[in-house]
Amino acid sequence: MQERTEMKLVKVLAVLAVVALMGQAVGPTPVQAQAKIIKIASQSPLSGGQSVLGTAIRNGVDLAIQQLKKPLEDAGFTIQFVPFDDQATPDVGTANANNIINDPAILAVVGHLNSGVALPSSEVYDKAGLAMVSPANTNVNITDRGLATVNRICGRDDAQAEVAAEFVFSQLKPKTLYIIHDKTAYGQGVAEFLRTNAQKAGVEVLGFEGTEEKSNFDAIITPIVAQSPDVIFFGGIYDQAGPFFKQAREKGVKSAFTGPDGMDSSDLAKIGGESVVGMVYTTAAGVGTKQFIDDYQAAYKLYPDPYAAEGYASTQIVLNAILQLTKATPGTVPTRAQVAAAVRATKDFETVMGKITFDKNGDPEMATYYFKKVTSADPLKWGGNEVLATATRPSPLMKAMMATPAATMAATQAP
Amino acid sequence: MLSPAHITTWVWQYILKPLGQILLFIVISAAVMSILAILVGIVLRTPWHGIDLLRTRPRIDLLQQVLVQLPNMLVDGITIGFLYAMIALGYTMVYGVLKFINFAHSEIFMVGGVVGYEVMARLNSAQQLQGFPPVLLVILMIATGMVVCGVLAVVIERVAYKPLRGAPRLVPLISAIGVSLFLQDFVRAFEALTRNEFNLAYPTGAVPFFGQRLQLLPNVSIGMSTIIIVVSAILMLLGLNYFVNATRLGKGIRAVSQDQATASLMGINVSQMITLTFLIGGALGGAAGILFGLKTTKITPIIGFIPGLKAFTAAVLGGIGNITGALLGGILLGLFEAFFSSLLPYFPALGTGYSDLFAFALLILILIFRPTGLLGRREDEKV
Repeated sequence: MQERTEMKLVKVLAVLAVVALMGQAVGPTPVQAQAKIIKIASQSPLSGGQSVLGTAIRNGVDLAIQQLKKPLEDAGFTIQFVPFDDQATPDVGTANANNIINDPAILAVVGHLNSGVALPSSEVYDKAGLAMVSPANTNVNITDRGLATVNRICGRDDAQAEVAAEFVFSQLKPKTLYIIHDKTAYGQGVAEFLRTNAQKAGVEVLGFEGTEEKSNFDAIITPIVAQSPDVIFFGGIYDQAGPFFKQAREKGVKSAFTGPDGMDSSDLAKIGGESVVGMVYTTAAGVGTKQFIDDYQAAYKLYPDPYAAEGYASTQIVLNAILQLTKATPGTVPTRAQVAAAVRATKDFETVMGKITFDKNGDPEMATYYFKKVTSADPLKWGGNEVLATATRPSPLMKAMMATPAATMAATQAP
Repeated sequence: MLSPAHITTWVWQYILKPLGQILLFIVISAAVMSILAILVGIVLRTPWHGIDLLRTRPRIDLLQQVLVQLPNMLVDGITIGFLYAMIALGYTMVYGVLKFINFAHSEIFMVGGVVGYEVMARLNSAQQLQGFPPVLLVILMIATGMVVCGVLAVVIERVAYKPLRGAPRLVPLISAIGVSLFLQDFVRAFEALTRNEFNLAYPTGAVPFFGQRLQLLPNVSIGMSTIIIVVSAILMLLGLNYFVNATRLGKGIRAVSQDQATASLMGINVSQMITLTFLIGGALGGAAGILFGLKTTKITPIIGFIPGLKAFTAAVLGGIGNITGALLGGILLGLFEAFFSSLLPYFPALGTGYSDLFAFALLILILIFRPTGLLGRREDEKV
């Protein structure tokens, strides 16, 4: 009995100790220490099927903060980076967003990877006036809601679908096309756009199939083998496309493979292996400057995965906005509203992704889209995929402006 | 004791007869499905005016497509059918003994796939994969998976089901769902912490053996994974048949499934038999997971749900509680899936996405006429 009570006491103490530690970790930090701390948060999937891209975003943000925090630290501020894992899940993203807005030291967020997560989370940021710069969300509604706090540096789905169709028809010149999609708003959306354009371009669409199957594609491949199309377009995400491509090649399908930016992850090479070498895809993810690639490789021992450079560039914009504000009023931490306004006012700012200017909705005035070819089955070499072609498209607001004669003049005069 | 007559009876009883039964099931199901498909091909060959849904693509001769695709559809359906059957055995055996659906079984299947991946990936990173004899590799993977998953199933039974033995029937069901969610996230966390990966890709590319294909006809070939699946599944089904019908322990399991109280009065250790059932069901599920991994080459911690659901359906279709029924149900469901998925693309208004709709509509039809499943008629056949 004696022993038991002791054991119980030890257990109770242990539990109390753990609770105390957790309380310390989660609980609010003293107010004085907060005075000069500026935090930048990132939100992206760090676990789960899309963690490769999410981790790339986090690494990009981390690297940018490490390299660019010096001027702010010299001015007497401490810059901290707080990465969050949104698990590519809207619920988790919004829960994190609520944690983020409740930490007054956080002045800006870089995120997300998935538009479905970014849409509800950004509503939360907007309530608190917190600036968000998205490195990767291409859904049109991200910026079309006209929120003052929400910006992105990548392209948009409406332009991407158009560019994808253009690339596929001009570069691959198919006579027959087979379209597979994943039945999601994203995958089916891109696929339907391509089908419409194929009919206009006189390309015969042999099949237009939606499937939620993730692993065994035997039955879907059989009619493809029977019809042998020139090109197969997969409107979806790499974790589904990888096994499909691999099984299709194994079953003797010789068609060229292609897809939208959902293909853009080194995991596609890991899952698909040799079968995806030579496949081409459109993407909104650029490559970044050579300096950035070298620094990233030195820091993380791997070639930057897609959206790492965008993560870095987004952070550059945020840090620049904060730096300008602290220069204007030295020694005071800027408010969230000031940061949000300064981020939106970004004009001709040089980042690793080139010059960026936000329009009134937070879209980049000009966005670049890439058509890339997979060059190696080695996932570590994914970042080195060859760029076959690029296209630049204006944001909708910019397009409208260009349509008016006076603005067209201004636009043509610009370099 | 071992007279030639005995050996002949033994071979007939435990090898030829069950083998013949399996073959019979395959031939009958395949013939029925082929005839149906060809009939559809003939009837819908010319566009069915007035009914837009049934109009095939322009310039497609449906009958010709059916005939071209028939061998491939049969191979696809039978392959996936064997996998469903192996998973379904776990559901059906546990149901036979405990009268409850072990919804955690789909996660045991998933763990099997992950174990197979771990074995292969570890050999690969130790540069041992290329030199390893492929057949031995498959046996090693399956054996490891069976041991791990068998033990896992037993542990789950002890922790999550046994304490609830006297509780209302819905309670262990909830417990099973809990175990299922726990296992998914546990494996997810484990792989995230040890490898930081979610999509576990089998390194089959490193072993040329797995890439081989057997050319049967000019446009029909069978992949190595299909051969591995069919051979291992048949071996395991024969083994299971022998164990259940010819050994003392098998007799014990059958007795418990018929009547627990009476079995225990006859001196049979009921809880030992239940443990044994979980061990066997888990081992088969684990083996199925590895075979699935070798076939699709990608496993994720959430892969178990859909195959698990299909296998459960197969078990019900064949008659839950009936071992032979699980096999028949699995093969039939596999064929449904293969035929519908491969032929629906020719109907532009429908498409592959609706294949489950048709497969399950057919299933409902069968269950309306045979509510106990195809073979679930006689109580005394239950195991």
